[in-house]
Formats: sequence, C-alpha cells, structure tokens
Amino acid sequence: MQRERILGKTGTFLSFPATKTYFPHFDFSSRSRQVRAHGKKVADALTLAVNHLDDLPAALSSLSDLHAQRLKVDPINFKFLSHCLLVTLARHHPGNLNPEVHASLDKFLSYVSSVLTSKYR
Amino acid sequence: MVNWTAEEKQAISTIWAKVDIEKTGAGALSRLLVVYPWTQRYFSNFGNMSSPTAIEGNPRVRAHGKKVLTSFGEAVKNLDNVKATFDKLSHLHSDKLHVDPQNFRLLGDNLIIVLAATLGKDFTPEAQAAWQKLVGVVAAALSRHYH
Repeated sequence: MQRERILGKTGTFLSFPATKTYFPHFDFSSRSRQVRAHGKKVADALTLAVNHLDDLPAALSSLSDLHAQRLKVDPINFKFLSHCLLVTLARHHPGNLNPEVHASLDKFLSYVSSVLTSKYR
Repeated sequence: MVNWTAEEKQAISTIWAKVDIEKTGAGALSRLLVVYPWTQRYFSNFGNMSSPTAIEGNPRVRAHGKKVLTSFGEAVKNLDNVKATFDKLSHLHSDKLHVDPQNFRLLGDNLIIVLAATLGKDFTPEAQAAWQKLVGVVAAALSRHYH
C-alpha cells in the first residue's frame, strides 16, 4: 500500500485549515514536498503502531513525550487527522471500508491518539 | 449567513447529484450505529440491532436513514438559509428527542466517509472540504435551539 502517498493526499490541511497553524513554515500547495515528507513520518509511526498493537504505550512512548513536551498539539487535531485518513482510505479503496473494518480502524486511531496525548498532564 | 464560494456550491451540488438517497441514507445511519454503538441508545425500539448484519438489514434503520438524508437534502437546496431550514427540527431534537448534538457531528463525518467510499476519486479533497463545511453548518443549525 502506498502509505506515504495516501497520507500526503490526506486533505486534513484543506478540510481543517486550523491544523495548518502547527506548520507555519510549510508550503501548502498541492504536491508540497514538506507535506509529503511529513505524511511519510506519520505513516511510518502508524505502521509502527500497527506492529505493536498489544503494547502501544511502550512502542509510542518517545512520540508521546515529543507531543507532550515539544509539539503540544491540541488533542482535537488527532481526531481531524484520523477522520481524514479514513476518508482518504475510503476514497482509494471504495469497496473495502465496510462498517466493521471502519469500526476497527476508528478504534485503532482513537487509541493511538489517546496514547500520543497521554502525557499531556 | 454562511459564506459559500461558487466552487463550494458547485462541489456540493455535483456530489449530491450522484447520491442515491435511499442507499446512502441507510448506509450512513447503519454505519453510525455499527461504528459508534452507543448511538443505538436513540433507537431502542427499532428491533434487532444485535450485530452489524442485523443493523444493516434492519428495515426501520434503513427507512430512518433515508428520512434523515432526505432532510439533509433540504440543506443542500437551501445553502443560503440552512438555519431557518432546520428551525423546527432543531426544536424537535432538543425538546422531544433529547439527542446529544455531538451526534450531528458524528453522523455528518460518517456521511462524508460513506460518500468517499461510494464515489471514490470523484470525492476530491476539495469536495471533502466543501462537505465538511456543510455538515458543520447543518450540525450547528440543528444545535441552535438547545437550551
């Protein structure tokens, strides 16, 4: 699966413009290299998460630290990205996102989001 | 008054023209009930919702999904007056149905996922952006008379 390309196309910045406030230095034109590179970073982290479903807090511990101490991204934004990821998957695999698969993915992304914000306070 | 660009209005109506209201409505509501099972609390008299298959085949769910999406269509037809369009429905959801407004947002986002799954590449990122705005406007209109 072309993970990086799918994440690069995830229209989070387009649908939820406030998310751009975390990347004031970015070029947001379509095909932006910065957006695609960042999409790849996120895709790699999600791949790591998928491979550690049974010990997510441990696997994502340093990313949790990073988000709590440095990035401080408001938790709502994880919801926006998760939603756009699901939309993009649905768009690219129209037949495959049936309700049960959707529910599992939503649950997974919710859990990843809560782990990444778990050290906020 | 919501400010719609010509492109946004175009994206919304182009997508809407491709929507099978009965199928998409039924699909969006049943998916909501499967993915967010706690939403079933509002439909305790709808009969068998014991599994995703039961939910997706439930005739009352399907009928209600069609009803909800038909109503949503009123927003599409009245983009410049969504608030007034949902005046009565807002009172109904608040005073009679006692539905948590968060559910309007959940259903709206869910509808968008169904549109993407149904229309594939036709549901462009620009189309999604316009529809995110629309579902937000509808959710706000329905929430307006809560007190």
